Amino acid sequence: MYQALFFLFAASAVGFAINLLIQRHPIHSALSLIGVMGSLASLYLMLGAEFLAVVQVIVYAGAVMVLFVFVIMLLNADKEEPSDRSKMAKYLGLPLLFLLLAMITVVIYRQFPEDAMVQFGDFPGQTAAIGRLLFRDFLLPFEVISILILIAIIGAIVLAKKEP
Amino acid sequence: MVPLSYYLILAAILFVIGVAGFLFKRNIVTIFMSVELMLNAVNLTFVSLSYSLRQLDGQIFVFFVMVVAAAEATIGLAIIITVFRNRESLNVDRIDLMKL
Amino acid sequence: MPPAVILFTLVKILLLLVVLLTAVAYAVLFERKVVARMQSRWGPTRVGPHGLLQPLADAVKLLTKEDITPSSAFRFIYTMAPLLSLVFALLAFAVIPFGPPLTLGGVDAFQVADPDIGLLFLFAVSSMGVYGITLAGWSSNSKYSLLGSLRSTAQMISYELAVGLSVIGVLLMTGSLSLRTIVDAQAGTYWGFLPRWHVFPQIVGFFCFYVGAIAETNRLPFDMPEAETELVAGYHTEYSSMKFAMFFMAEYANMVAVSCVATVLFFGGWHGPLFGPPSLQVVLPLFWFALKVFCFLFVYVWLRGTLPRFRYDQLMAFGWKFLMPVALGNVILTSFVIVAWPALSRFWS
Repeated sequence: MYQALFFLFAASAVGFAINLLIQRHPIHSALSLIGVMGSLASLYLMLGAEFLAVVQVIVYAGAVMVLFVFVIMLLNADKEEPSDRSKMAKYLGLPLLFLLLAMITVVIYRQFPEDAMVQFGDFPGQTAAIGRLLFRDFLLPFEVISILILIAIIGAIVLAKKEP
Repeated sequence: MVPLSYYLILAAILFVIGVAGFLFKRNIVTIFMSVELMLNAVNLTFVSLSYSLRQLDGQIFVFFVMVVAAAEATIGLAIIITVFRNRESLNVDRIDLMKL
Repeated sequence: MPPAVILFTLVKILLLLVVLLTAVAYAVLFERKVVARMQSRWGPTRVGPHGLLQPLADAVKLLTKEDITPSSAFRFIYTMAPLLSLVFALLAFAVIPFGPPLTLGGVDAFQVADPDIGLLFLFAVSSMGVYGITLAGWSSNSKYSLLGSLRSTAQMISYELAVGLSVIGVLLMTGSLSLRTIVDAQAGTYWGFLPRWHVFPQIVGFFCFYVGAIAETNRLPFDMPEAETELVAGYHTEYSSMKFAMFFMAEYANMVAVSCVATVLFFGGWHGPLFGPPSLQVVLPLFWFALKVFCFLFVYVWLRGTLPRFRYDQLMAFGWKFLMPVALGNVILTSFVIVAWPALSRFWS
């Protein structure tokens, strides 16, 4: 059961990600990315991170991606035109990417023994514990990040404001 | 039951697809989305390692990554809107000049 | 998981959907009737006694109409958008507790699922619901649809913040995100006569929640996305037949969902006076719950019959400059009172 669910969501995440690559219209890419985020939220649930799964949907899929879709609609973005500027990326790009993937995979297999299994319910979601950690041990980063958000809001307004 | 390494390899695959999007796509919005995809892949690594270590610190870190990503998206999209206003194009090949 | 449990769960979900869709259909009739009475008209009376079969006639009409897809529409997204709207509207009911815990065949009878993060789940579903409207407007490839959906996206994102902040007061008082725990915290009375509902200490939070929720569901006086006098019909201008019906059902399902959530969070859920024989006591909580939801639906219709529409900039200013600060102030005040309560009560006694 667990295995089937894992492969279902993993396959959908990879499928949506590849769809993001091959779609020409940015809004289709954005929808594929939402699909990836939804699949990842399900995987977080399977890893016992209930809180993060929901925050992933609320913040990423529900706010950040709405912003993307909104901007694409606002700018009336069209299909992207292919350009052959970089010969390097064209011929060397894919082999180098596969090399990168192979390297990461080798490192993962070296570092993690085969018997480290993931099982549902081993590490149940602890929303209250996350809150306690966030407001006690990580209080300073939390405050710093709220200031970061404030700066981001002001910066976005300044950037997007039309000159009078 | 699934080996932990499956989760990590899934994250690696997603990350590589994000890199590919960053390299091959020409639309600035899609490039930005590829960056978000890479961030998501890293988040998956954090959550699965937090599971294997039975510690919540990894999840807290993912929370911070999400908040930073949200801030980054607002600023990035505001920059994209400004660029589009000045150049009337979203193609990165056409916005490679420093001055108009 | 034994097969019987899976079977019972499926039956429960099916029953919930049937009841819900019937309720949605009759919510439409109810609205037409009540608005008609408020405007000194009769409303639908021809189909069945007092027009009671009108929803059926509407369904037949919508099903038999021709389904038109504009030639310049983005076909796939155009078809997906109404489905997305309806699915996310119905998904919200998965975590709402309709009655006290009652186990039938190993399955809780009155709630589909009770996750620890029930309330956050509701917010996740409502934030995904934006996509149905946004994509419908974009994929129709028509200026009225696009304007309507741009307006609604901005509106829904803005009011989501106020709604989210307004609920935190309740969370501070109960210390749990599980909807069942929140309802259980509202059992009993203050000083023997006032029900222990969250609406009394959290009246400001409730006000922010309800106003924000009306804006979230795109109802008058915040029905900017549709605004039929300005934008033809907003985001669903190009939709016809069953696809249009899906948007319509999603809107009313959202209304019912908001009424249910308001009941659960602020009005004690299924709690109410229990009396009579045991068989009656099983049904009474459901009756109280339905009665409260019905009152909220009536307020929806009442507002529609009474208030004129906001102008768009007024709406945004109201959301950002009034509702948000008030909800934020409510959070600060509530947390202050909760922290200072022990000291204060010692001071009085």
